[in-house]
Amino acid sequence: MTDPILEIRGLTKSFGALSVSQAIDLDLRPGEIHALIGPNGAGKTTLVKQIAGALQPDSGSVRLAGQDVTRLSTAARARLGMGRTFQISSLAMDYTVLQNTVLGALCHRGDVFRFFRPVMKDAALLEAARRALDEVGLGALEAQRTSELSHGQRRQLEVASALTLEPKAFLMDEPMAGLGVEGSQHMMGFLDSLRDRAPILLVEHDMDAVFSLADRISVLVLGEIIASGSVSDIRSNPLVRSAYLGEDEAA
Amino acid sequence: MMSKEALLNTALMALLLLVPLGAWFADEPFLITLTTRAVIFGIAGIGLNFALGLGGLVSLGHAAFFGLGGYVMGVLAYHAQTYTSLMTWPFELPGTTAMTIIWLVAICLSALLALGIGALSLRTSGVYFIMITLAFAQMLYYFAISWPAYGGEDGLSIYVRNRFVGLNTMDPIQFFMVCYGLLLLVLGLVWAMARSAFGLALGAARQNEERVRALGQKPQRLYLTAFVISGAITGLAGALFADLNRFVSPTMFSWQTSGEIMIFVILGGVGRVFGPVAGAALFILLEYSLGGLSDYWHVYLGAILLGVVLFARGGIYGLIAGREVAHD
Amino acid sequence: MSLVLFIEQVLNGLQFGVMLFLMAAGLTLVFGVMGLINLAHGSLYMVGAFAAAATAAATGSFVLALIASLVFAAFAGVLIEVLVIRRLYERDHLDQVLATFALILIFSEGTRWLFGSFPLFLDKPDWLSGTVGLPFGIVYSRYRLAMILVGLAVAVGLFWMIAKTRIGIRIRAGENDREMIAALGVNISLLHTFVFALGAALAGFAGALIGAIQSVQVGMGEPVLILAFVVIVIGGIGSIKGAFVGALLVGLTDTLGRFLLPVLFRLAMEPSAANAVGASLASMSIYLLMAGVLLFRPRGLFASQ
Repeated sequence: MTDPILEIRGLTKSFGALSVSQAIDLDLRPGEIHALIGPNGAGKTTLVKQIAGALQPDSGSVRLAGQDVTRLSTAARARLGMGRTFQISSLAMDYTVLQNTVLGALCHRGDVFRFFRPVMKDAALLEAARRALDEVGLGALEAQRTSELSHGQRRQLEVASALTLEPKAFLMDEPMAGLGVEGSQHMMGFLDSLRDRAPILLVEHDMDAVFSLADRISVLVLGEIIASGSVSDIRSNPLVRSAYLGEDEAA
Repeated sequence: MMSKEALLNTALMALLLLVPLGAWFADEPFLITLTTRAVIFGIAGIGLNFALGLGGLVSLGHAAFFGLGGYVMGVLAYHAQTYTSLMTWPFELPGTTAMTIIWLVAICLSALLALGIGALSLRTSGVYFIMITLAFAQMLYYFAISWPAYGGEDGLSIYVRNRFVGLNTMDPIQFFMVCYGLLLLVLGLVWAMARSAFGLALGAARQNEERVRALGQKPQRLYLTAFVISGAITGLAGALFADLNRFVSPTMFSWQTSGEIMIFVILGGVGRVFGPVAGAALFILLEYSLGGLSDYWHVYLGAILLGVVLFARGGIYGLIAGREVAHD
Repeated sequence: MSLVLFIEQVLNGLQFGVMLFLMAAGLTLVFGVMGLINLAHGSLYMVGAFAAAATAAATGSFVLALIASLVFAAFAGVLIEVLVIRRLYERDHLDQVLATFALILIFSEGTRWLFGSFPLFLDKPDWLSGTVGLPFGIVYSRYRLAMILVGLAVAVGLFWMIAKTRIGIRIRAGENDREMIAALGVNISLLHTFVFALGAALAGFAGALIGAIQSVQVGMGEPVLILAFVVIVIGGIGSIKGAFVGALLVGLTDTLGRFLLPVLFRLAMEPSAANAVGASLASMSIYLLMAGVLLFRPRGLFASQ
């Protein structure tokens, strides 16, 4: 078995008496899509934040490509190859679609502290940005202001922005939300092809998408991973069925 | 076809050039001096706007840099004119009356001061940042008052305006042209920086810090750099202002000065490269016309400012060139 | 240097600190509950001082003058809250800074128009003039001692109000969660006006008290306002306790710095140079204190987060 790209060991976090992550072990291997599912309030978002570096765990470790990044900032993790997309779109809303993507390519290249050359005329950055936009299907909208995009299009732009970083691992928080049927199909097809470039830790509510895309699934309930395995393992796992039964009825 | 904003920029710059030239032909030196003030205030505002408009850093302490620039001029010229040294140990440092050297020193020291104030203030954000920048400027104000060597509360007069190669700087129109040239230079630099890689990243940090972090950059470093550039530009304006008046005093460090520099930015329109120039010109115009109308012209200025904030948030540029800041 | 002189300076520092607390308490409450940075708080201080000076001149009563300072400052507070400030709660800090800066201009010039440019004087009443003997042979100004006691009493009252009363509970709820308090059925806009008027009254009261030992003039409020900002940065925004500790720290640092630093430099320098250096450094001391706090506790000593 190859070494995992992302390796999470014993990650624990609590807010006062509320335990949100309990000794979580999780890894992401090359070439796979590993889906993280769980009912609302299971602690998926806080887990993603700890992996991305926006929240410090109480204990445990996060390793990225063999390097311990537990104490590193979000920015440092991104530079080491973590490409994150947000659950609630986090983009420069006044910028155009192209500007947002060029920003990603620029930050990846790293020479942010250049003061005089017009950045939107930089051929290499433009090319990288347009390639990413074409891949997610936003090529035609490059001149659009980001604030004018639909929620689904913003998700696509988030993914395009992550692509420009050429990351070693993707951390995607509900990239399919708000996409509509056609958009979801397109995004699923794209993510399917993306796993060969870099593995994806996918947090997703859309079970159809998860079951058709994921190589492995981990189920988070009340801050604990209650099951982890292949799609068929998870489908037949009685613990998972009971955890989700309530959610299905509520939904 | 020019956009409304470009048209406004051109008209503004032409007006700022034609008014003093006309005044020169009509032999109205006062009007030239008035326009020179507008130009210098414009530079100070451009400095603040770089941090405020592009980086979203609400600094209420830019008087610190304006005042420091002023004192650099005052102190260097004072020593040169009295044939004394600034210091004798560990090496002898004479004063100077060469404008270019004064500008360079003002820019460098203001940048250094901005680095110090910025490094501390940027440990916080939002309303803390506002209060802390205000407080540090006030610290320098009190320091200038209590330090007796350069006039203390009374300030420092220099008797002859400093030299610029090949010009008679005491002639108002020639000094105006120097300031106008610097304004063009600063505008050009800021224009370029707003469109550069740094400008793109800084603007993104202003809109969404999380995005910039997720892309592997630290917003604080972008902010600090912007703050340093911003302070340096305002420091240059301070040196020019002191040279215009041939006088520098602690007032340049006062909170009113910080507030006025911010008013230039707001009246013109936050985030527009030329906005502060329009704002400064309008400010001078108001001061001149309302100041003639009533001794209490600040009441009207306050009312206008209140009106702009509550009802016309884009300033002049917002009213004329439309609400949105252009992107390309 | 005698110990008696030192203790007297400590008392001066306390007096200064307690007055700063009256200013800072209103600012920090208004920020905590409404999220507003109010530069015009110094104008309310000035309004209080002018109201007191005018009332004392008309009636000769110091007590009436103090009541007038509270009433007029609170009234001015209600007026600007309803007319202007209310529109700023949902705006960004830049708009708040600008609008309240505009209010300073209007207040300052308006006061100059009403009262002229010359400073007014507010005399201490006879029953608070002179000195009072304290233990250990310390002789101290009766008026300043009264300021300390009144200021401390107000502080205690404020703590009690916030901790124990119904209105205090609402204020605390408002600091924690603005939506929740509306959901509780509290008239939020009335609460905001009340908090603002309370802060204004405290500032006006401080203005009147200080007006009797300094002159009452236009522009007297802003230097105190900036010191109150320093207090808040040190104490942590929204924290009354932080404002109290910060105010005493700033008051003591400033007063003792001015007193001790020249003495300290005289050990190593000739007296005139020592006085100059000491005074310059003393003028910076509280800002250096603030810088120190920023290095170690960027959110202040008693940050609510």
